[in-house]
Amino acid sequence: MATEAEGGGLVFHPMDQFIVKPLFGDGAVGMFTFTNVALWLLLAVACVIALMVLGTSKRATVPTRTQSIAELAYGFVYKMVEDVTGKDAVKYFPYIFTLFIFIAFSNFLALIPTSFSPTSHIAITAILGFGVFIAVTVLGFVKNGASFLGLFWVSSAPLALRPILAVIELISYFVRPVSHSIRLAGNIMAGHAVLKVFAGFAAITAVAPLSILGITAIYALEVLVAFIQAYVFTILTCVYLKDALHPSH
Amino acid sequence: MATETTGTASACVGPDGSAIGMPQLCADWMPNQIFWLLIALIAIYFVLSRIALPRIASVLAERQGTITNDLAAAEDLKQKAVEAEDAYNKALADARAQAQEIIAQNKAEMQAELDKAIAKADAEIAAKAAESEKAISEIRASAVQSVEAVAKDTAGAIVAAVGGQADDASVAAAVDAQMKG
Repeated sequence: MATEAEGGGLVFHPMDQFIVKPLFGDGAVGMFTFTNVALWLLLAVACVIALMVLGTSKRATVPTRTQSIAELAYGFVYKMVEDVTGKDAVKYFPYIFTLFIFIAFSNFLALIPTSFSPTSHIAITAILGFGVFIAVTVLGFVKNGASFLGLFWVSSAPLALRPILAVIELISYFVRPVSHSIRLAGNIMAGHAVLKVFAGFAAITAVAPLSILGITAIYALEVLVAFIQAYVFTILTCVYLKDALHPSH
Repeated sequence: MATETTGTASACVGPDGSAIGMPQLCADWMPNQIFWLLIALIAIYFVLSRIALPRIASVLAERQGTITNDLAAAEDLKQKAVEAEDAYNKALADARAQAQEIIAQNKAEMQAELDKAIAKADAEIAAKAAESEKAISEIRASAVQSVEAVAKDTAGAIVAAVGGQADDASVAAAVDAQMKG
């Protein structure tokens, strides 16, 4: 595990939980190697299928508990897309729902002790963040043509200020995917690392009760963070999508 | 902090099996992560868009339909209940009015009969009273005659007792004059 008491001293390895390793054999990690990342990503897929497909297989008018949760998730994201992005964005709902349900399940599965958290890896979240960024930018130009650039030209500001604002808007636009992906990875990574650090202190008998209380508290916080980060990622995607569909301020 | 290095897996993992720097920044692992992430996302997207989302949408629509229908049916039944109540109230009012009418009619009939009976009784009473009056006046007349005869006799007897001489005719004339006066 992350920490062992060696010769009375404490050794913390809070980052070891994020190591990617092959599950079969111990060679180098190639592109197609079945690693712990692959396992937990596929588990997330399995959970999504269990909830959204098996849970709704009865198509009951009066829903069972699982179907209720599936419908709740559907309604939650659907309403978010409708409210934030607008009624005309409903056709992008499956993509946004895919993002939400994937991040939510990855985050929650990562809370199982000794599990691996894919969403703590910048490689994963950067693909998600830049994927959204590129998709939204392309969509903006396809839908609005050159007038999509009006997003950076704040027509409500005084004329003299507009070029300066345009530069600021442009920078903030290109920072979006970075903040979008680092926010998620940073939150999950920090939370899990803190949990490991608290766990490390449990090796000292005197502080152990405090450390366990700390773990419990942080764990509760992490459950909250797991959902909130999925929510934040999704709602920001909706906001970016809105900018692409209706670039006027 | 990060150890960006060349080819091998051990570049990011120390000899003791612990991470060197942040495993997140180990470029060696990224292709693997990205590959499996894309697999997972595509799998989720296809399962959701082909099966789960249309199914849930149809279930929700169906439920909405059921609820709307049930509400409409309930509204219908309520309307029917109101109509039934109205009909009942109307029947009740009609029955009441009819009863009032019958009562009034009966009252009128009874009044008429009563009036007739009273009139008849009045007539009979009047006839009887007239008869009685006649009888009384006859009795009175006969009484006056009796008094006259008695007075004449008495007057004659008194005159005789006093010692006078009087014939019946003059006594009778005197008595008559006195009784008239």
